[in-house]
Amino acid sequence: MSILEPTAPVEAESLFRRNMAAFMENRLAFGSAIVVVLFVLMAVFAPWIAPNDPYATNLFFRLQPPVWMEGGDWAYPLGADSLGRCILSRIIYGARISIFIGAAVIIVATSIGILAGLAAGYLRGWVDVVISRLVDILLGFPYLIFAIGLMAMMGPGLGNIILALAYKEWVIPCRVVRGETLATRELEYVEAARALGASGRHIMLREILPNILSPVIVVATIRMAHVIILEASLSFLGLGVQPPTASWGAMVADGRAFILVSWWVSTFPGLAILLLVLAINVASQGLRDAFDPRFTE
Amino acid sequence: MTSDPLLKVSNLTKTYTGSPSVIGRLLGRKPVNVRAVSDVSLTVARGEILGLIGESGCGKSTLGRAILRLHEPSSGRVEFAGTDVTALSAPDMKAMRRRMQIIFQDPYASLNPRRTVSDIVGLPLQLHGLAQSRSELRDKVAMMLEKVGLKAGQLDRYPHQFSGGQRQRIGIARALISNPEFVVCDEPVSALDVSIQAQIIQLLQDLKREFQLTYLFISHDISVIGYLSDRVAVMYLGEIVEMGPVDSVLSRPRHPYTQSLMSAVPEIEPSGKAQRVRLTGDLPSPLNPPAGCKFHTRCPLATDICRVRKPVTETVAQGHTAACHRLDENLSLLEGASA
Repeated sequence: MSILEPTAPVEAESLFRRNMAAFMENRLAFGSAIVVVLFVLMAVFAPWIAPNDPYATNLFFRLQPPVWMEGGDWAYPLGADSLGRCILSRIIYGARISIFIGAAVIIVATSIGILAGLAAGYLRGWVDVVISRLVDILLGFPYLIFAIGLMAMMGPGLGNIILALAYKEWVIPCRVVRGETLATRELEYVEAARALGASGRHIMLREILPNILSPVIVVATIRMAHVIILEASLSFLGLGVQPPTASWGAMVADGRAFILVSWWVSTFPGLAILLLVLAINVASQGLRDAFDPRFTE
Repeated sequence: MTSDPLLKVSNLTKTYTGSPSVIGRLLGRKPVNVRAVSDVSLTVARGEILGLIGESGCGKSTLGRAILRLHEPSSGRVEFAGTDVTALSAPDMKAMRRRMQIIFQDPYASLNPRRTVSDIVGLPLQLHGLAQSRSELRDKVAMMLEKVGLKAGQLDRYPHQFSGGQRQRIGIARALISNPEFVVCDEPVSALDVSIQAQIIQLLQDLKREFQLTYLFISHDISVIGYLSDRVAVMYLGEIVEMGPVDSVLSRPRHPYTQSLMSAVPEIEPSGKAQRVRLTGDLPSPLNPPAGCKFHTRCPLATDICRVRKPVTETVAQGHTAACHRLDENLSLLEGASA
């Protein structure tokens, strides 16, 4: 049988590739993405990059200034903190904590948010009422205070930080997924799947989810920057990663007492936070423009 | 008609309830009910094509979806091969869905853009356990694709790589691969170019013969319905106003609404003297349907009784029914029009 119409134009380029091409053309965003990748590489290869042991204290080099200042030494390129530990090495190791916690929280929160959002948006009814009210209630709490309360209750620890932040973070992907699901469930291909006898689980995970993934990924990257700041804030307050583990937030707190005489102790970890968060934000906005042009003003 | 129809719909009603906003509720507003389908009864014999015609918003698509329980009917019965579909439990309904299928109007919206043709067309096989292995599934899908005029080599393409007509073929393949007995065709050609429409209609006819199908064919195009159907039902504002064999209904329409539909079909060489039965005004809102005969607001023959009392459905010829108070007078209207 060949009663075919002339062959339809075959788009060799997939949608994903076209979006990636658009992303690469955005120089600022692409450059930021490279910065983020460099931070990740730095975290992964920390033991090979760091000039010193981040935990080795040496009181002779206490509050040593960075190398370009008077009294600086190449042994401690960015100077040393109040216990004589190498600041550069601690920043390199600190990237591990920030990136690991940021990624873990986002992965946990996004997974929960996707499931809850799909259930609320597709099943509607009381499921939607329960989930949506819960989301509203959680959104009512100030994020940091909520996390501080949880950390105070659960006690310090890496797993607890991830839990404390994910407790509220899932709300954001959940709202995005719910909204997208509400729109997608009315489309004919979802109705077609129902007409074929597909279960709710199949429709949610196989028909709807693949079509709403791009805004979810965009939101996840944007939120990762927020989570990194929150982790730094918790560590700054002493509720996060416990000493002597190197964490940017805790390092800023350490240097606070000496800020007038030895500004470098707080400033360099602060700059690291700034640079990483800024790079993630710019890159994720580029990602949003390329993948989900609806949200662009 | 055969004594044992494949599909028997009795007094089917579908009401949508719109709940008022919070403020509306505080002001004491009541929920609004829209009767999209109102007390519809019809039968479709095995192997028959029943054409369902009516203007946009008259409830014909809703009726098709209510029969398949894609929209849960509010009341009434749908019997399919002797089973009351509306009473089936979820697992029984799932099994029943293999036997009753639907082809959608919009070939763009009805295919998931993120799934390949073999995923889309193979889904019924997967859901109903009709293929033991992945390779069997692909073989069956490839065979089905060839039956609808596509190539087996197009299995791993995505919907956006096909034209509208080809996409509609994919939709048809998906509906037919589970070997159903009954298919609701919900305006399957109205989104396509005229030249493609003819191909798809031909395909639907060929497949009907090959698979011994029964169609409920929904359309607003009289010429398509007249060409394809054995019997035709005319819907207006959620009700069937006239139903019967296609020759009888289209050549001697008895309801003024059908008459107006018929005279609205454009002619290539207008005879000049034909007077058209013109309707004035829009379709009344189903939120607030007219009392009495629902058509009286636009009917050229309406009298006092039409505004008050709902007409009963009467048999006007062999197997041909119409619901109108003025069945005697309205014949003359048509004759005046075609004379």
